[in-house]
Amino acid sequence: MPDNANASSLTAVHDHHGEAHAAHNPALLHHFVEEQQQRDAASLGMWVFLGTEVMFFGGLFCAYLVYRRWYFGDFAAASKTINMSLGATNTAVLICSSLTVVLAVWAAQTARKALLVSMLILTMVFGLAFLGIKGIEYKDKFEEHHVPGASFSFENVPIPGHPGQFANPRHAQMFFSLYFVMTGLHALHMIIGLGIFAWLLVMAWKGRFTPEWHTPVEIGGLYWHFVDIVWIYLFPLLYLIDRHP
Amino acid sequence: MWSWLLTTDHKRIALLYLISITFFFFIGGFFALLIRLELLTPAGDLVQADTYNKIFTMHGMVMIFFFLIPSIPAVLGNFLVPMMIGAKDLAFPRINLLSWYIYVIGGVIMLHCMITGGVDTGWTFYAPFSTSFTNTKIVEAGIAIFIAGFSSILTGLNFVVTIHRMRAPGMTWSRLPLFIWAHYATSIIQLLGTPVVAVTIVLVAAERALHLGIFDPKLGGDPVLFQHLFWFYSHPAVYIMILPSMGVVTEIIACFSRKRIFGYHFVAFSSIAIAVFGFLVWAHHMFVAGISVYSALVFSFLSYAVALPSAIKVFNWTATLYKGSIRYDAPMLYAFGFLGLFTIGGLTGLFLSALGINVHVTDTYFVVAHFHYIMVGGAVMGYLGGMHFWWPKISGRLYPEGWARLAALIVFIGFNLTFFPQFILGYMGMPRRYYDYSHMPEFQVLNVLSTAGATILGVGYLLPMVYFLWSMRYGKPASDNPWNAAGLEWKTASPPPTFNFDEEPVVTWEAYNYEELDAPHKEEVPVAG
Repeated sequence: MPDNANASSLTAVHDHHGEAHAAHNPALLHHFVEEQQQRDAASLGMWVFLGTEVMFFGGLFCAYLVYRRWYFGDFAAASKTINMSLGATNTAVLICSSLTVVLAVWAAQTARKALLVSMLILTMVFGLAFLGIKGIEYKDKFEEHHVPGASFSFENVPIPGHPGQFANPRHAQMFFSLYFVMTGLHALHMIIGLGIFAWLLVMAWKGRFTPEWHTPVEIGGLYWHFVDIVWIYLFPLLYLIDRHP
Repeated sequence: MWSWLLTTDHKRIALLYLISITFFFFIGGFFALLIRLELLTPAGDLVQADTYNKIFTMHGMVMIFFFLIPSIPAVLGNFLVPMMIGAKDLAFPRINLLSWYIYVIGGVIMLHCMITGGVDTGWTFYAPFSTSFTNTKIVEAGIAIFIAGFSSILTGLNFVVTIHRMRAPGMTWSRLPLFIWAHYATSIIQLLGTPVVAVTIVLVAAERALHLGIFDPKLGGDPVLFQHLFWFYSHPAVYIMILPSMGVVTEIIACFSRKRIFGYHFVAFSSIAIAVFGFLVWAHHMFVAGISVYSALVFSFLSYAVALPSAIKVFNWTATLYKGSIRYDAPMLYAFGFLGLFTIGGLTGLFLSALGINVHVTDTYFVVAHFHYIMVGGAVMGYLGGMHFWWPKISGRLYPEGWARLAALIVFIGFNLTFFPQFILGYMGMPRRYYDYSHMPEFQVLNVLSTAGATILGVGYLLPMVYFLWSMRYGKPASDNPWNAAGLEWKTASPPPTFNFDEEPVVTWEAYNYEELDAPHKEEVPVAG
């Protein structure tokens, strides 16, 4: 912002904007010169935060990829026992929720309050549906004794494509360890996302968002998209290791 | 009291950080003292082996995660980044306050962990010892460090956004003080590195608490993978500690030699280069861990490469000093101390990048001495130099210059006496982390020297704390710009008003315009007679 502007005229513009908008918009915080600066800061802040999230999940993906390469057969066998159709359904659910988020942002930009509220609710419904389906999957794994720990059992499961060979239970347990950590952390991010959207919903209900100021919807949406994208990578890596028609 | 605990003013948050990190510095220092006392005699007579393991672990964890990493960024950076770029505050003042609370929560958990038993793995948490064998409080220490890590991430995030979005009109990227460039590079490392160590600690804690199999070779896991993930953060973390210090030293050297920094752009971009290269050298901590010799060769080469930007800085500082009108005030003494000690630390780092020497001195006191020259000789010297340089701005008072020079001298002597003997000890083969060296009593003389040095160093660290506190009440009031320094932070009151500047500054000059600053003075010199 400061680079490309003539200094003195910029100051003049600030003053004008500051007075004009301070009256309208209590959302402009004292330490920003103008709304544009505040919006840019919030948006850059979220992008930078998502960068740290990429690294956070990146460590997990790295560990997963190393072991998947080492123990491919065992991982493929273990992967076959998780429910691909539930995973695929969840992928569809999340993609739909991304659409509703985009519509919510558009509704905020164009001052359609009813649409904004309903899209936020719909997004949360999709989010809850995702977590519900995930819960069913976890319950299945629990009943099949595929949760790592003392009661873990993975005996005599054949390795796909290698008749007569059985998966090493210890290595299958590593698959499930990573499966639970990765999908668990992803689910935690979903829960946080639901919290953010609940707050956005309250704000939208009260009519706080205007076409001039709806930054929380935008950066909340960015966060939601990011969590979706993580799932877009988790699904093929965990569910589709060695599937053939 | 509440006005402090609920403040969103970056300057007050900086002071909250100052108090908390000083507290942890003295806890870490206490553990260091115990280590040095134990090593005074060859026999293990002060503490038991298990206790000694816990002592050096807690020393490392407290000093690294709760003192060095937040030291300059969270105190001086917090105070100065908005002021140097002419902003009223950081971009996210509430997140800034949140980061302090997160730090305190992490710190309290760490204290609880220490009081109720501590950890004995060394600060590195190596698996599978940490995941399956030790029965100390790994999970709790992990939680403490995980939480403190988020404080570091939020600080970095705030700095990056602030530097991008909050600069005053006319404050272009090439007019930024190099302190800002250093903090920008530091923030990038904090942002990209910290999440990786966070997730690694999550995995260790999950493996330990929930019996997942990830790093334990018994379950098919790979302990070397743990080391890769750990050092992917923890090597760049060294640059989190040293880069801000380099920024401080740059400011001090320009001010006290009254000169423009030689090669501004080289110094600026060498900070970024250090941040980038710093991410590509982590496996030099693992040369004896069983990695392939080819990858060891590559990492050895890259470790040499990371010395280049550091050397660029040292040469540019030296060139700045050349023909400057140098004043030997306390901040400059620390800067000189930094130059010498960082150079020794950096050059011994090159020894360690060489595969042959590395294998010879791995896990000896040579390594211990090397990283203390960087972290204490480098980072802490810069921190103290910066605290003296900006103390008049922070407190509005002058510290007693004579005492400060004396303290700088004591720190320098004490430091070298503590750690130089450790280079020799390590090269002769004394392993690190031993509490009992009774089968090699010939090492005692050097260990006694080192312990004596540590005592002197301790006095050197206590002195500034005493006279800083003293000056808050009895020091002479400081003018706005007692050093006649360049930089926006000196163009406002000492201490600065809540929003830093009475009116938004407009920048039309380059950083370090000392020639211009001093020019009017020359004209004013009265003709003799």
